[in-house]
Amino acid sequence: MHSGEITIDSITKIEGTAGLSVTIKDDKVIDLKFMIKDYRRFYTSTVKGKPIVAVPSFLSRICGTCSIAHLLCAIEAIERSQDIKITEQTRLLRRLAYDGLMIRDHALHLYFFVLPDLLGIDSILDIPDDHDDFGHQLLHDSFDIKKAGSELSTTIAGAIIHAPMPTIGGFMSLPDVAKFPELIKQLEGIRGQVIRGVKAFAGMKDVLIRNSDYLALRNDKYFDFLDGEIINSSGKKIKETEFHNFLDSVVIPYSQAHGYVFSDDKQDYLVGSLARINLNKDSLNKRTTESIEEYLALFPSDNVYHNNLAQAIEILQCVDDAIEILSTIELVPEQPIRVPPRPGVGVGVIEAPRGTLYHMVEVDNQGIVIDYDVIVPTAQNQINIENDLKKYFEENLDKGEDVLKLEAEKIIRTYDPCMSCATNFLKIEWIRL
Amino acid sequence: MEKKKKLVVGWFSFSCSEDSTILFTELLNEHLDEWKKVIEFRHLKTLKSNNSIEGLDVAFVEGAIASPTQEKELKKIRENCKSLVAIGSCACTGTPSNCRNKLVPEEVNYKISWYLSNFDYSKEVKKLADIVKVDDEVNGCPMNAEVFLKIMDKYLKKYA
Repeated sequence: MHSGEITIDSITKIEGTAGLSVTIKDDKVIDLKFMIKDYRRFYTSTVKGKPIVAVPSFLSRICGTCSIAHLLCAIEAIERSQDIKITEQTRLLRRLAYDGLMIRDHALHLYFFVLPDLLGIDSILDIPDDHDDFGHQLLHDSFDIKKAGSELSTTIAGAIIHAPMPTIGGFMSLPDVAKFPELIKQLEGIRGQVIRGVKAFAGMKDVLIRNSDYLALRNDKYFDFLDGEIINSSGKKIKETEFHNFLDSVVIPYSQAHGYVFSDDKQDYLVGSLARINLNKDSLNKRTTESIEEYLALFPSDNVYHNNLAQAIEILQCVDDAIEILSTIELVPEQPIRVPPRPGVGVGVIEAPRGTLYHMVEVDNQGIVIDYDVIVPTAQNQINIENDLKKYFEENLDKGEDVLKLEAEKIIRTYDPCMSCATNFLKIEWIRL
Repeated sequence: MEKKKKLVVGWFSFSCSEDSTILFTELLNEHLDEWKKVIEFRHLKTLKSNNSIEGLDVAFVEGAIASPTQEKELKKIRENCKSLVAIGSCACTGTPSNCRNKLVPEEVNYKISWYLSNFDYSKEVKKLADIVKVDDEVNGCPMNAEVFLKIMDKYLKKYA
């Protein structure tokens, strides 16, 4: 039996400010609180009264790492409110920009934050400068992978963070097609490194199985982060406009973010790469599927640690998808579609790197925002993370404190939470009575 | 041969999108190998668990200050570093994280009031220079990478 109080002040290598408080009495967890502690900036209130044209680039500032996700989701919501139908060329260019985001963002999480867990070290800063060292090899793979993702986003969208080119109705200017052959070469060049990453992250031995409720977008034509219908693991299909009604928002008094459960059965659920691969692995790019068949056989999986492997698989998916588009797209001159402002409500739902992202805008007849709402993936995963941690602590109280602390960090980290969306560091307050 | 002193650096984030932290991790693609030889990252929670704010040559601070707790932390960082550099727009100007300063009373609905009263929000979001002495600024949203690299070089020459 354990007794006393322990406080860990800084769980690291996550994107966000969060806290965890665990109270244990008579070898039982009597209270566990997972708290998102990032101070709210009230951006969705700020955009009320502003013209819609100003909204996407402002709301991309919600988050640095997934800013392109917020940008495109805001654009989609506004376009739907204005009944703007984008061209196929715009759709493909957005997919390309998004592939770049996913490659860079997933690589940052996997290689900079999770890799030390895989290697049993504290930080990538501790990886030896030895070219034969496996960690060194993976870290240097990550530099190339991240660079390729960044190059792709920059070429298509103008920047990796707060990209200036995507706009309502299309693109401010079209990318330079002369750069496409070099991009294809770069993406082909990292394929082997990405597959090495898939193998490496498949080697993580950790297991935590609890929930099996997942939610993600599904496009029946191909694996897609931007267009589709929302499905969950019970087989329910939800239109994007109904997404908000499908969820119950849960006020969590100790957290700066609401949590969410399904509105019908009040159950928690998981969004993100694991949900996407579980629900959509049959629609992955053919070349991706052929290259990593044995690792795809691990899915569907209820092991939450497989979110890391799922991210590694999605990097390969995005590499192959981008190569295909870059090799076949023929750009024609296009201006962004503009229409006179009209009153309306629009909903955008896309898959951000960490899961399903929802933007809703209500616009008046002058094109001014009346109302805005955002639901981010980390808030949706909040209750699931808390319940996973409860299960872990309840089953492992016989372990030493150092092990429990480390594993709690690893469980949270595997979700790739983003509190900037949410960011900074995580404080754990651990109380044993 | 005498071992050259490394530049002791801390990287901190307050209220913002952490876009400059993300850009910093992108700069590591090209610079990590070289910086590891000349810089000790003593506080860098994005990348390591064992962090300390003591004895810093330079503190790079991203984000605006939104609460008394953050204000206290910032002052502690200032006491423990020789030079403090504001990183990105929120740290240098407060914007856009300070947009709640401009909300008029009728815009502060029940939901916003609940958060403001339930957690330790300060009355106004502030830029770093409102609270502590700032030695250098790297403006931009995210920070201007070229300016950041020049400032890093400046402090490498000054302290290492």
